[in-house]
Amino acid sequence: MDSGNIGFVMICAALVFFMTPGLSCFYGGLVRRKNAVNTMFTSVVTIATGIVMWMLFGYSLSFGPDHGGVIGDFSWFGLEGVSLTEPYIEGQGIPNMVFCLFQMMFAVITPALITGSVAGRMKFKSLFTFLVLWSFVVYYPMAHMVWGDGGFLAKIGSVDFAGGNVVHISSGITALTLCILLGKRYDYKRANYKIHNTPMVALGAFILLFGWFGFNAGSALAADGLAAHAFVTTAVSSAAAMLSWMFCDVVVNKKPTFVGACTGMVAGLVGITPGAGFVPVWAALIIGLTTSPICFFMISWVKEKFGYDDALDAFGCHGVGGIWGGICTGLFCKVSINDIGQGNGLFFGDIHLFLAQLASIGITIVVAVAGTLICYGITRLVTGKIRVTEREERVGLDRSQHGESAYPSFNGLD
Amino acid sequence: MIIKVEAMIREEKLEDVLDALAALDVHGMTCYQVMGCGTQRGFKEYAYVRGHQQVEIQMLPKIKIEVLVSSEEWEKKTIDAIQKAAYTGNIGDGKIFSYDVREAMRIRTKETGYDAIQPE
Repeated sequence: MDSGNIGFVMICAALVFFMTPGLSCFYGGLVRRKNAVNTMFTSVVTIATGIVMWMLFGYSLSFGPDHGGVIGDFSWFGLEGVSLTEPYIEGQGIPNMVFCLFQMMFAVITPALITGSVAGRMKFKSLFTFLVLWSFVVYYPMAHMVWGDGGFLAKIGSVDFAGGNVVHISSGITALTLCILLGKRYDYKRANYKIHNTPMVALGAFILLFGWFGFNAGSALAADGLAAHAFVTTAVSSAAAMLSWMFCDVVVNKKPTFVGACTGMVAGLVGITPGAGFVPVWAALIIGLTTSPICFFMISWVKEKFGYDDALDAFGCHGVGGIWGGICTGLFCKVSINDIGQGNGLFFGDIHLFLAQLASIGITIVVAVAGTLICYGITRLVTGKIRVTEREERVGLDRSQHGESAYPSFNGLD
Repeated sequence: MIIKVEAMIREEKLEDVLDALAALDVHGMTCYQVMGCGTQRGFKEYAYVRGHQQVEIQMLPKIKIEVLVSSEEWEKKTIDAIQKAAYTGNIGDGKIFSYDVREAMRIRTKETGYDAIQPE
């Protein structure tokens, strides 16, 4: 074992961890003042549930000995038997425990992403229960199928460098399904949903960018050239996506918006995630430039057209960006960059990987939708009504769910 | 004759009251966020912080709306509309007051009295 690799991946794990508080600032700033505490709380509560579950059985179910290519088992219950010296898969440069730590942070942030779509109307206890169940039903199997030893989506030849399928498509599709099941916010299209704290949105977005370097570069699982490559593609894609969102804003509305630029940057990060360690640097520029307009179109036009209330665009950003990133990986993947890829992308004349990417995206969508329906059903049995009452919604979830207030001394209409 | 109607209402009822006033064709108004309490001296709940029960909440956030109308008939209509829209039946629904206003002037045109508070 090389201490450089171990040190690098552990620092990356801490960077990935920091994305969750960043996300809570990003989401917290986007909502109305009366829902700020609830929104921030729901997106960091997965730090508590995610880590405890990961220690008890999450890692074992995700990465334990393979069962049918779909799920692990309970043989590493309580992290017993997770080696401090031997790697998870032969040839990895880090001990199993370091891999476990790094993956733990992914299991923390993924459920947190979902909370954006249901902000402002879901009972805290229901959302909490849903997120716990969702980790079982969707996240652990997805992580196993894509990254686990013997995982079925890896076997069909699809690749996912840092979590396009596992993290972004699964959470984005879940967010969409859940917000449709839950219905619109009471005041949707009636009151003005003002962004209550733009600087906090920006702070959160740039914390996400900072953490994302660990997310993508760390997914090389070694301090090597591939990590540097993923770092570069991540930076290029997010910067390009920020520019192209500003361009969309100017074309549509004449003025570039700060919140738009931050959203575009996050979309660019999502877009590059599956391909960060597979595509050439110039392709990262293309992915970044194209992801924002696609997300922009989905958020500004498709959402309007179909009238689903994806409050903070968890689907529009993560679902759509993740799907587009997965497709782009199938287009631009190059084996000379990373030999895990079992073939070049369509752009270089090989169709096999492209089809495998489409198949893995399709399977992820099916798993996420089915898993969401199951979790929604069980949550209803456990916590009763999933939505808050109309009155609780209007008073605000901060007071009705927690008895707290983000800005108790602040006077100003919301 | 100009009459000012002032209503102290629940925060979450603002949109309902605005809709009710719009339906009446009453459009001009001023809103404030205010703190206050009624004769019950605030809430009977206690603020809960880190496992402690803290002091009783006395001053509660409310919204105050001011509307100027031009006759007693409109005063009554406005008060009725606000009462219906802001009603929940619980303590803390608020109060409505009305006053005579001595004079009004539209700054831009220097119109006074009735003309100052009517749409052009």
